[in-house]
Amino acid sequence: MHLDACLRRSARRGIASAAVLVTAAAIGVAAPVLMALGALAFLAPPVFALAALPPPDLVTVRDTPNDNGGSLTLTWVRPQCDVADNTDFHGYRIERATLPDGPFTVIADVPRGISDFVDADSIRDGVTYYYRIASRGGIPDSPGRPSIASGPGRATAQWFHRGRVNALLAVIILSGLIIFFIEYAKRGRPIFIRKIAGLDAVDEAVGRATEMGRKILYIPGTSDMDNVMTLAGIAILGRVARMTAQYETPLEIPVSRSLVMVACRETVKEAYLAAGRPDIYNDSMVYYLTDDQFGYAAALEGIMVRDRPAAIFMQGSFYAEALILAETGNSIGAIQIAGTAQASQLPFFVAASDYTLLGEELFVAGAYLSKEPRQLGSLKGQDMGKAIILLLLLVGIIIQTTGLYDFSSLFVVQ
Amino acid sequence: MKRRVPIFLTAFVGIIYVVQFFVPHRPFSGMQDLLNDWVQIIAAFAIWLGVLNLMKVSGDHVYRRASGWPLSAVIIVSFLATSVVGFFFSGGERFQDPGTPFDWIYNSIYNPLSSTMFAMLAFYVASASYRAFRARNREATLLLLAGFLVMLGRVPVGDQLTRFLPEGYRLSNLADWIMNVPNKAGQRAIMIGIALGTVSTSLRLILGIEKGHLGGES
Repeated sequence: MHLDACLRRSARRGIASAAVLVTAAAIGVAAPVLMALGALAFLAPPVFALAALPPPDLVTVRDTPNDNGGSLTLTWVRPQCDVADNTDFHGYRIERATLPDGPFTVIADVPRGISDFVDADSIRDGVTYYYRIASRGGIPDSPGRPSIASGPGRATAQWFHRGRVNALLAVIILSGLIIFFIEYAKRGRPIFIRKIAGLDAVDEAVGRATEMGRKILYIPGTSDMDNVMTLAGIAILGRVARMTAQYETPLEIPVSRSLVMVACRETVKEAYLAAGRPDIYNDSMVYYLTDDQFGYAAALEGIMVRDRPAAIFMQGSFYAEALILAETGNSIGAIQIAGTAQASQLPFFVAASDYTLLGEELFVAGAYLSKEPRQLGSLKGQDMGKAIILLLLLVGIIIQTTGLYDFSSLFVVQ
Repeated sequence: MKRRVPIFLTAFVGIIYVVQFFVPHRPFSGMQDLLNDWVQIIAAFAIWLGVLNLMKVSGDHVYRRASGWPLSAVIIVSFLATSVVGFFFSGGERFQDPGTPFDWIYNSIYNPLSSTMFAMLAFYVASASYRAFRARNREATLLLLAGFLVMLGRVPVGDQLTRFLPEGYRLSNLADWIMNVPNKAGQRAIMIGIALGTVSTSLRLILGIEKGHLGGES
């Protein structure tokens, strides 16, 4: 009984083994033929055959440009079977080795339709790497014959980002102009700066609050000290504080960031000292409310409605709270001077405030109010930069419209 | 000394930021992330300054029975209650986990209050638009006309009113043109000005010409 069963199992195993051998032999004979047919595949329509998954052509390995090392970039030419409607073709298997003969290890499977890959996985600078790429397909997903080893590729770090030459040129030209005009102004040459109504109105706003005997509310925005708009807003605060010190006008500065509170306190204290009135300075003039955007807006609304300040300054970076604050200030009849470089909030300030510093006017405010020659010189340099950009725009319009050259490509920064 | 050290630090960090943009090589490659982390750490510590100041100012209001002192009392009670619940009654490993009492405070009190403030914007937009769109002069009339066409072009009735016109010339297309051509041109002009202003201000800070943020005369 047991013997019969064993014999039957042995017979089945024998048949199975014979089948495997015959299949292997058939594949052995057929493979070269199929491979030859694969080589001629470019003559036929892109018919995909799992048995002959052709590897990608022209596999190249190079150091990834403009990086800090630790990365190599592979590119290849996709085989004909890598077409959008061929769902049997799955993609590519990428293998890596430090020697041309291997051993190769699989580092990534990438989907079909792409022809490059950045390998940043444990790549050491200065070490040579070789790559093989095989096409993947079928069910279950399996790789075909890999390409021949490509390489060597060696990763290095670059000392200059070549995709940013245009930005460097712009920085050099603009900085050069600004520094030139600073020096120009330092020598006492006259510099004309156009009138900015919003900044000329600072005196009016402080004067009005003084006459009415009501306080001035100064809001330096909702961003922290790492935002250049906040710095510009604090520069204006210095000027306002000096005037309030002279006229003994109450000044209140509720802030939404702790670091801004410290900076504002220092600015106001220095301004009161410079005005010869350190006696009327008090730390409680500058106080913290909350970091939360709408919590801050709600608190400011409450202060405006309860205390009814005569003048409100909103100088810095504002988001959705801009209109809430400006409309509340408008409703209590306060004179409002707003300023921000958040382009999306400017229309709200324009609609609800008496004066608005539009974008760049916020940044020039400190210089404009100080009338200090070096600062005014920097404004002149900035204006010259604007003139150059205007000229480039006109040239660009002509060249781009006539189709002579893709002028806009010169301004793409990687 | 009090002024020079911050100016030196500003210049040093500012130059590093500029250099790291053009030099991908180490150590500059990781400088931006490193300095940004430092800013976060300093800001995290500094928040205690703000919190202590808020408690001091509010406590002072309550003590002196200053105008609106009950609101200050609400601030102190809310702050203490939220902190105590967050620290001692989390009921889980993390106080932000769903289902904790802190999470309930966040979702049932904080979020509705924030949403209420945000929702009030709709009314403020209406009142500001009413004022801005009054045809007082030529510019305001143009603004009114552009606003009217854009608003009408953004709703289905706009196209219905102009369906006798060929495709491409209806109100929705006109609204798109106003937004994409004159509006965008204006926005870009402002953006160019802002970019130049930012560069100029940064340069003044790096060179130590602008000192207003350090409490000094610019």
